[in-house]
Amino acid sequence: MKGNVIKYDRDNIDTDVIIPGQYLKVHDYAELATHAMEGLDPDFHSKVKEGDFILSGKNFGCGSSREHAPIALSHSGVKAVLALSFARIFYRNSVDGAFLLPIEIEEDAYNGISEGDEIDIDISKNEIKNLTKSQTYKMKPFSEIIGKIIEAGGLFNYKP
Amino acid sequence: MNIVEKILARASGKSQVAPDDVVFAKVDKVMVHDVSGPGVLKVFDKLKNKGVDVSKLWDPTKVWVAEDHFVPSAEKISAENIVKLSNFTKNYGIEKHFKYGMGQYGICHTLSHEEAMVMPGDVYVGGDSHTNTTGALGAFACGLGHTDIAYVLLNGQIWFKVPETDYFKLNGKLPDHVMAKDLILKIIGDIGTDGGNYRTMQFGGTGIDEMTVESRLTLCNMTTEAGAKNGIVESDQKVVDYLSSRGATNARIFKGDDDAQYANVYEYEASEMEPLVAKPFSPENIAVVREAPSVELDKSYIGSCTGAKYEDLEAAAKILKGKTVKIRTEILPASISIYKRAMENGLLTIFLDAGVTVGPPTCGACCGAHMGVLAKNEICISTTNRNFPGRMGHVESETYLSSPMVAAASAVTGKITDPRDL
Repeated sequence: MKGNVIKYDRDNIDTDVIIPGQYLKVHDYAELATHAMEGLDPDFHSKVKEGDFILSGKNFGCGSSREHAPIALSHSGVKAVLALSFARIFYRNSVDGAFLLPIEIEEDAYNGISEGDEIDIDISKNEIKNLTKSQTYKMKPFSEIIGKIIEAGGLFNYKP
Repeated sequence: MNIVEKILARASGKSQVAPDDVVFAKVDKVMVHDVSGPGVLKVFDKLKNKGVDVSKLWDPTKVWVAEDHFVPSAEKISAENIVKLSNFTKNYGIEKHFKYGMGQYGICHTLSHEEAMVMPGDVYVGGDSHTNTTGALGAFACGLGHTDIAYVLLNGQIWFKVPETDYFKLNGKLPDHVMAKDLILKIIGDIGTDGGNYRTMQFGGTGIDEMTVESRLTLCNMTTEAGAKNGIVESDQKVVDYLSSRGATNARIFKGDDDAQYANVYEYEASEMEPLVAKPFSPENIAVVREAPSVELDKSYIGSCTGAKYEDLEAAAKILKGKTVKIRTEILPASISIYKRAMENGLLTIFLDAGVTVGPPTCGACCGAHMGVLAKNEICISTTNRNFPGRMGHVESETYLSSPMVAAASAVTGKITDPRDL
């Protein structure tokens, strides 16, 4: 899975900046996408392209249980978020709803990948290739259940 | 096993579970509100298009519904969501729907205890992150997203990884003017906003035994801000009495085993606690009130599932009695039952005499939705739970989180004020 990276070099990107509370009443996915990241980066909607990835630090998606957060990112075209760690509900919503891949990375990938880099994520090998910089990093493997739900295409397709 | 392991073992039909086991747990109660309800219906629409039967819920008697985030409706999308919610409960035969303008209603996490919706030992899930609140009744209470709640509504169960449990022990009784909110802010300051991620935060010790059920609810409520899967207090006679007084006939004491294991134990001495605030823009950004920045406040907000229970209003009234507020102050009781008790016991008169505006139960400005959101550069002290950028309104507004006593004392002076100094 190849794409370009939008990097937010910080920890604790919370759901209130991913999709501000005033839009919780909105359930039109395309409209939610127009407000993605509005609390932090008002230019996000104009710069994000189909197939892009977000890269950020620790505790990405902390805060509320709003599924609006992975929905807004996913319907903006974001296919994966790479972060040093994730808040649990964002992680779970991303996987169970099959909106995007939450990929846990180590410091080498976080520091090595820059804004705009093209990377290739291979979840079968737990590997991330930085095509711009010719570097390779390991991603943390998914746990067994998460791997199976991703493979099934979301919780409703998963047979326990 | 500890209490959470015992609950998840029982719910998944196993004799034993341990941290990191993945289980499918049967759910005893599930809640949706006017944000997660329409979100779940959207998931139902997607499923229907794929040929999945969504015409019946697994058990409508185990489902309850609250109207809290966008009520009273400020504009038409919110109003339409309320209509959707009414159609949902009607079409699926859900009887427990607390509607605004029709008697008891309020913030979902407040109704969970005011209306005794959840019992000790239950697996309780809700379409809201602060579902953790209700763990104070001795239940496994956990917030989930729309897809997971839709799955529960159709299948009656959901997967969980059995969490590791950290035990927070409070020795001794909190001093006067120090509230449960101060303790949980202290803990979040110590462990950080990801310090409880994927974990259970359990509270115990003599200080917790001494605490009212409502104070324990404040502790569990803000475990969400440490990222915890759930917060919990083992139920005792206080919980059983509390639930019985609200009409429950089946409340029983439920505890972990004597040899329960915990990943970490943290100890706090109650006598060392003092009033705190969380400065912008994170609940972990803690300062002692007496050392807090000397900012000119624009507003004091006493509301939300965290800080507008009856005991919270009583604490604010103690401070505000005979005083006049210096800044815009809003108090929104978290449910109609609390509102009524506050009226009967004279709290509302104290508030109104002090110049406070008393509003209806709503999540309102806590999540920046409506009913008192902040303008650019405005600074608010608030009994709510989060202060991320833009949480309560404009992205360049600022929120300090505090106890109801600190928010009330600060309302009187216009500066962040320790209630002991008033």
